[in-house]
Amino acid sequence: MISFFLWIGMSLGLLVLVCLYRAIQGPTIMDRIVSVSVIGTKTTVILLLIGFIYDRADMFIDISMGYAILNFIGTLAISKFFFSRKSIIPGSKHLKQGEASK
Amino acid sequence: MRYAITFIVLFVNWIIWSGLLDAFHLSLGVISCLLVTFMSHDLLFKRTEFRAGDIAEIFRFIMYIPWLMYQIILSNIHVAKIVLNPAMPIDPEVVSYKHNLKKDVSIMTFANSITLTPGTITAEIVDGEFLVHCLDKKVTDDLNTGEMEDRIAHVFAEDK
Amino acid sequence: MSILEIISILFILGGVFFFFTATVGLIRMPDYYCRMQATGKGDTLGAFLCLMGLAIYNLDGGLSFGTVLVSTKIMFIAIFIFIANPTATHAITKAGFDCSVKPWTKKKEVQQ
Repeated sequence: MISFFLWIGMSLGLLVLVCLYRAIQGPTIMDRIVSVSVIGTKTTVILLLIGFIYDRADMFIDISMGYAILNFIGTLAISKFFFSRKSIIPGSKHLKQGEASK
Repeated sequence: MRYAITFIVLFVNWIIWSGLLDAFHLSLGVISCLLVTFMSHDLLFKRTEFRAGDIAEIFRFIMYIPWLMYQIILSNIHVAKIVLNPAMPIDPEVVSYKHNLKKDVSIMTFANSITLTPGTITAEIVDGEFLVHCLDKKVTDDLNTGEMEDRIAHVFAEDK
Repeated sequence: MSILEIISILFILGGVFFFFTATVGLIRMPDYYCRMQATGKGDTLGAFLCLMGLAIYNLDGGLSFGTVLVSTKIMFIAIFIFIANPTATHAITKAGFDCSVKPWTKKKEVQQ
């Protein structure tokens, strides 16, 4: 069972690497925020897997819960930062509501 | 009343997360829960009166969860099919959806449910209206049947 | 290998599959609203299934106060992710609308 957890952890780590491509290459800032939040969710699971591998699940659960909360708060904070901005792309008009809901 | 309920919720959380049941840790928990309750009693519940219908509301919400789980699994299979298809058959569009819900908690549940169900994301909430980003035409028709809104209105006792 | 272990292995493999589709969607989709469609759903269900499998595996060591407590904590994390992930997705989408990023639409001439 331990080796199964190891394999799952390694495949999740590979998926994190693939997400990291989008975080580095992403055309807009939003893409980067999305991929960082996805990486955070995967890290929550990886931390728990590490806890089961080392047989200290009771300790790693608290770390993983802290990571989940920090990930959520961080994503909210960064997107809140962009709420009030009119445009991150220079020269583009603000998307009107009627235009979006046509 | 809401002081008491906030305190009970916080203290149950304290016991679960500390896992220690001796007198020292329990008294620490009582002190810190009282402090937090005193400072932020108006965050968890906005209203001050509680009715007997609230308990029935919680039970109806628990009954709503299995249907939501079924929808979530359907939506994940839908997205997995689209993503793993080499042709990527998507046709995204943004539609607005009018709803008749009033309570904050039902609007929040409805928005989260829309995000979790097939091919739709709630983008913006203006009064009485959602902007929903849909992945293709079929899911837009599914959304416009309004089945989910009826269920949530039933859960939070808003249907007339 | 007991029956609980087999159930938890199935849960975890399902969770990794949905994580995989979320990641492929993150790479392949044309704009970030569509990427959010893939990640907001696939990540939520993937994390939920993985944590569920771990909680079931943890109960395999016998029902005592410690193991039940650990499983309850894992389920709390799962519920938290279940509430938090759609909210974060909604927040990022709203930030995108506020920044006037135009949603990608299929070209009309391709449809004909």
